[in-house]
Amino acid sequence: MSTSKKNIRIKIDHVTRLEGHGSIRINVEQGKVEKLNLEIVEANRFFENLVKGVPPHDVPQTVSRICGICCVGHQLAAIKAVENALNLTISPQTRLLRVLLNESQFLQSHALHLYFLAIPDYVGVKSILPLASSQPELIKKALKLKKLANDFTAVLGGRTLHPMMPTLVGWRKLPDKNKLHELLERLQESVTDLEQMVDFVAQLKWPDYERQTEYVSLKHADEYALYEGEIYSSDTGKSVPESRYREVTNEFTVAHSTAKWSRWHRESYMVGALARVNNNYEQLYPQAKDVANALDLKVPCYNPYKNNLAQMVEIIHCTHHCIDAMQQLLEKDLQMEDIHYQSSKGIGSSAIEVPRGILFHEYGFDEQGLCNHADAVIPTSQNINNIEQDMKQFVPQMLPDMEKDELASHMEMLLRAYDPCISCSVHMLDVTFV
Amino acid sequence: MKPKVAFFDFASCEGCQLALLNCEDVFLDLLEQIELVEFREAISEKSSRYDIAFIEGSIHREEDSKRLIDIRSRSQYLVALGACACNGNVQARSNFIAPAENYKLIYGESDRNRVQVDEEYWPLWAHTRVRAVDEIVKVDFHLRGCPMSAEEFMTLVKALLSNQIPHFPENAVCVECKRNANECVFDKGMSCLGPIAYGGCDAVCVNNGHVCDACRGLLPYANIEAHNELMLSKGISKEAIKSRYRLFCSAEKIGKETLNNEH
Repeated sequence: MSTSKKNIRIKIDHVTRLEGHGSIRINVEQGKVEKLNLEIVEANRFFENLVKGVPPHDVPQTVSRICGICCVGHQLAAIKAVENALNLTISPQTRLLRVLLNESQFLQSHALHLYFLAIPDYVGVKSILPLASSQPELIKKALKLKKLANDFTAVLGGRTLHPMMPTLVGWRKLPDKNKLHELLERLQESVTDLEQMVDFVAQLKWPDYERQTEYVSLKHADEYALYEGEIYSSDTGKSVPESRYREVTNEFTVAHSTAKWSRWHRESYMVGALARVNNNYEQLYPQAKDVANALDLKVPCYNPYKNNLAQMVEIIHCTHHCIDAMQQLLEKDLQMEDIHYQSSKGIGSSAIEVPRGILFHEYGFDEQGLCNHADAVIPTSQNINNIEQDMKQFVPQMLPDMEKDELASHMEMLLRAYDPCISCSVHMLDVTFV
Repeated sequence: MKPKVAFFDFASCEGCQLALLNCEDVFLDLLEQIELVEFREAISEKSSRYDIAFIEGSIHREEDSKRLIDIRSRSQYLVALGACACNGNVQARSNFIAPAENYKLIYGESDRNRVQVDEEYWPLWAHTRVRAVDEIVKVDFHLRGCPMSAEEFMTLVKALLSNQIPHFPENAVCVECKRNANECVFDKGMSCLGPIAYGGCDAVCVNNGHVCDACRGLLPYANIEAHNELMLSKGISKEAIKSRYRLFCSAEKIGKETLNNEH
C-alpha cells in the first residue's frame, strides 16, 4: 500500500499503566487523519460540590480523596487556599515541614512513574514484572527508593495515603525526631543508588519527536519553585500571581472528555517536570544539572517523551534539597504549635507544584464558616489538550514510516510520558485509544 | 495452577491499588503465589475468568454498572476494595444533589448542553447516582477504609489462597484506640465517630492526632441514636453532626430521631 493512502484505525480503550481511565481514538483515511481524540472517560465525582457545607479544617481531608497518588498535593493546595481565604499565617517550621512533605511525594510519584510505569515501554516489555528477573538490581534499587519516599511521607504525614497529621496552620501531631534522623541517613545513602539508576536511564532511546509549546510552571525568586511561587509562562517570560489562576487555565469543555481542558497564550500548554526544568533550570541543584547533562537533556527541550528525563532530574534535585532541608529542620527541636484558628467569611486560592504540574485550588466560606465555593484545576486537565495537540502533529509526521502497531504504542507512550493522572482531572478520568 | 487475580477500578482515587503497590516488601512475594491477570494501573495484560476480582471505586453510570455485572459473572470471589466500593466514600455526598444540578455546577449550563449534543459520547455523561458495589452485585468480602488496610488485604488473600474464609472482627475503632492508650478525642474537646465505626484500622487517625470520621462505615449493631445524644450533650450542633456523618458515611442511616429530620 502506498504510504500516502494508508487507512488506519486505532482504538486503545482504558490505557494501562496509567492513573485513571483514558482512551485514544485515531482514524486515518487515505493517509489523512480524519479523527484523533484523547478521550477521558472517567466517571464524574463532582468534588467541587462535595466540599460545600464542610468546615474549613475538613476541606483538605476531603479533597485529598481526589487522588491517591496526588493526595499530598491536594491536601497542601487545599490547606494553603483555605488559609488564604481565612487570612491565616504559618510559622517557618510549618513551612519547612510542608516543603519536605511535598517533595516526599515528588520522590514517590516520580520513582513510581519512571521505573514502574514508563520504563517498561522503553525496554520493550509490558510491565515491570519481566524486569524483576532481567534487571533485578535495578528493580531492587527502584523499590528501595520508592519505599524510602513512602516512609518519608508517612513519617511527616502520619501515613502514605491521605495523611492526617498536616492541617490548617500547623501539624496535629509532630513527626518523630528519631525517625526524621533515620530518614536523613537513608536519603544520604540513596545518593549512590541514584547514580546507578541515572546510568540505566541514560542508555534508553527516546522517540525523536519535537513540538514547541507553551511551558507553564511556578517561579520563585529564591528557589526551584515547588511549594509556592507565581505562575510563569515561557511564551511571555512573565508571571501572574496565584490568585489570578483563571487567566491562565481558561477552562473549557469538550464532548469526548469528562475532564475540562485548558489553554493560555496558544492552543494548548504543558505543565509538569519538563515545563519546570525548562522554566527554572538555573535554580536546580548542581547535582541535578550534572544529571541533566549526563542524560543529554538540554533546555529548552521540546520533546514531550523527555518529560521522563526531567522527572529523573527532579528526583536528584529533590533528594539533595530534602537532605539540606531536613538538616535545617533537625537543627532545633520541633515545637508543637497551637492549631486553633478563627473561621471567617472569605475566599482564597493557591497554587502549588505537584509531580504532574501546577495545581490550583480555591475555596470560599460563608458567615458560618462553612465552605460555599470550591474550584480545583488539576495538572492533567491542563495537559490533556497539549497531549492531543502532540498526537495530532505526531501521527501525520510519522505516518509514512510507522505501521499501525508501532503508531499505537507510540501514542500510548506519549500519553504515559506526561504521567497523566486521570482520576485527578475529572476528579474523574478514563483514557481510551480508538 | 495459580489463582487468577484481577483488579478493576471505577470512580475512585485509585489509592487502594496504590496502597498495594506500596507494599514493596511483600508485593513481589505475593506475585509468586498468584497470577495477576488485570491490574491496569501497573500492567498491560488481560484475561477472561478470575478467581478473585477486586473492585475499587463506586459506581456512577449505567455503563459502569454493566461492566461490573460482567466482571461478577466471570469471578469466583468478588471483593469490594476500599471505602468507595464499600459505601461510596466522600463522593456519595453528591447524592444529595440531583445529577443534572451537579453537572451544571461543575461544567456550567451552556457547556453541559453543548456536550450533550454528541450522541456518541452521551454514555460518558450519563451520571445516575453514586452507588456502592453491593448495591449492584453480590459482594463476597468487604475491605473497608480510605485507604484500605494493606494488612487486611494480605489476611484476605492468604486465607483465600489456603481455601479458608477470611474473618474480620466487627469491633469499633474505639476498641483499638483504647488498646493504643490514646487520650480520648472527646476529652480533648473534639468529637469522634470511633465508638460506632468499623475498626480494623488500628485507630490510625487518632494515633496521629486526628479524630475518627468513620471512613470504614458504621457498625451494623451500633447504637447511633445514643452516640448522637452524646455528641449533642457535648454541645455539638445537629448540623455539625450531620455534616460529620456526611463526610464518609453519606449512604448510612444516621439516627433520624436524635437529629430530628431526614438525613
